Amino acid sequence: MQSIAARLSPEKWLWTIAGITGFLAVWTLASARIGNPVLLPDPAAVVSGFFSLLNDGTLWTDVRASMKRVLGGFAIASLIAVPLALAMAFSRRLGMLLNPLVIFLRPIPPIAWIPIAILWFGIGDPPSYFITAVAAFFPIFINSYAGGHAVQPEHLHAARSLGAGPRALFLRIYLPSAMPMIATGLRIGLGQSWMAVVTAELIAAHSGLGYMIQANRLALETGLVLVGMCVIGILGALMSVVLELFERKVLVPWKAR
Amino acid sequence: MSRLALAWSRSSSATDPARRPARAGLGRIDGRDVAMRFATKTGENVALEKLDISIAPGEFLALLGPSGCGKSTLLNLIAGILKPTSGSLTIDDKPITGPNPGCGIVFQHHSLFPWMSVLENVAFGPRMLRHGDPLGTARSFLALVGLEKHEKAWPASLSGGMQQRVGIARALATYPPVLLMDEPFGALDAQTRSIMQDELLKIWSKFNTTVVFVTHDIEEAIFLADRVVVMKTLPGGVKRDVLIELPRPRDPAVIKSEAFNRYRSEIFELIREETLKVFRPSS
Repeated sequence: MQSIAARLSPEKWLWTIAGITGFLAVWTLASARIGNPVLLPDPAAVVSGFFSLLNDGTLWTDVRASMKRVLGGFAIASLIAVPLALAMAFSRRLGMLLNPLVIFLRPIPPIAWIPIAILWFGIGDPPSYFITAVAAFFPIFINSYAGGHAVQPEHLHAARSLGAGPRALFLRIYLPSAMPMIATGLRIGLGQSWMAVVTAELIAAHSGLGYMIQANRLALETGLVLVGMCVIGILGALMSVVLELFERKVLVPWKAR
Repeated sequence: MSRLALAWSRSSSATDPARRPARAGLGRIDGRDVAMRFATKTGENVALEKLDISIAPGEFLALLGPSGCGKSTLLNLIAGILKPTSGSLTIDDKPITGPNPGCGIVFQHHSLFPWMSVLENVAFGPRMLRHGDPLGTARSFLALVGLEKHEKAWPASLSGGMQQRVGIARALATYPPVLLMDEPFGALDAQTRSIMQDELLKIWSKFNTTVVFVTHDIEEAIFLADRVVVMKTLPGGVKRDVLIELPRPRDPAVIKSEAFNRYRSEIFELIREETLKVFRPSS
């Protein structure tokens, strides 16, 4: 098993570090030039803000709240989208019945669901689960639906000539054929869900990273707003790496290089 | 469970995969007045018309002809992938209703399941038919094609020739009375192809399976087959049966013999006529 760090060559490391250092340098210079910590605090202020939030425990509470909502909504979306997409791919009638609905609902951005989510579910966890689920649903659904059509006729013929019945055809031929597309859908869906949770919490919650950013903006604590943004960026990248690893080791190991 | 599966389930633990109970002449294929027409945008495409064919149990038959002669269509009809527009087609007097374990298939491309290891690919058939010890059977068939060291590999990591050997092992692992091969070596380089042909004959001599082998390579057809069926075009069908009376076991050197040359020029002329028909349909 090869870690991501081991795959980076010394040259890549050099450029990566140079890029980050350059960014921090520009940030520091700009902040000194502006000279107003409400508009742009310097990186040191953000780091100290990060540790103060870490020490008083509120950062951890907010991260946990956001994570719970993302993973919950993502799980709900996956459990509905994957089976539904596969069923629609296999049953022409079900596909014809539900396709117009999907085409109509898909262009509605998750943020447009927030007012109705608040009306239906109030403020707090339930509307956030709803929004993250809506955000994750369509990428997962669209990719799984395409995956359901990805099976090669030769594989079906070969399997039947080897004695496979309908059950084995589904579990051992259709499902693995669709899996690379399903995995792609899951990866995109998780990203969308993570973006949506922040939006949802800006409006429809009293906890989580989105709420924390909003609250600190009102208090003119720009440093803490930036802490929230950085944590969102880092956690999003981390989740995408973990899911990619899961995809390569568990979902589609045969595609591993 | 089919009669065949029952008969062979007891043999699957044997170390030599070729040691199985005699099949008492199974694998006879009969086609009477078979026609196959496809609907197209411009009308109707007659792929096969008035085709009669009889293939004896254990015979190695090559279907040879230019593109458009319907040789692959005929193979797909025998496999049960296609249904004839009219006429009857049977294996051992039973009508063909769909792809089934009585008929193993080796395709030109993409036939292995990429999500299964090499071993699991070969074990798939024995598993589906609930033969005892599918992994043991699969290992013995992999040894037969010389790939026992690659059982854990993903198919995509093997060369084209190795993939086709796995494909042959997988198709044989259910002991089908009939083995259908659709240009299985068409994508391989000349050297590998020649070695694969030799290997195929060695394996076939152990199993006595009926083989229907589609190719457009004249030398390949003569070298492998007991009988070469030269197909005709416009509409597709059988043009001529050529019995290949070269001694077995066949050595690759037989290609240089005079008898081989005579078959080659005879068949070359037959195919040339058919190819010209496609080039100048009016004459």
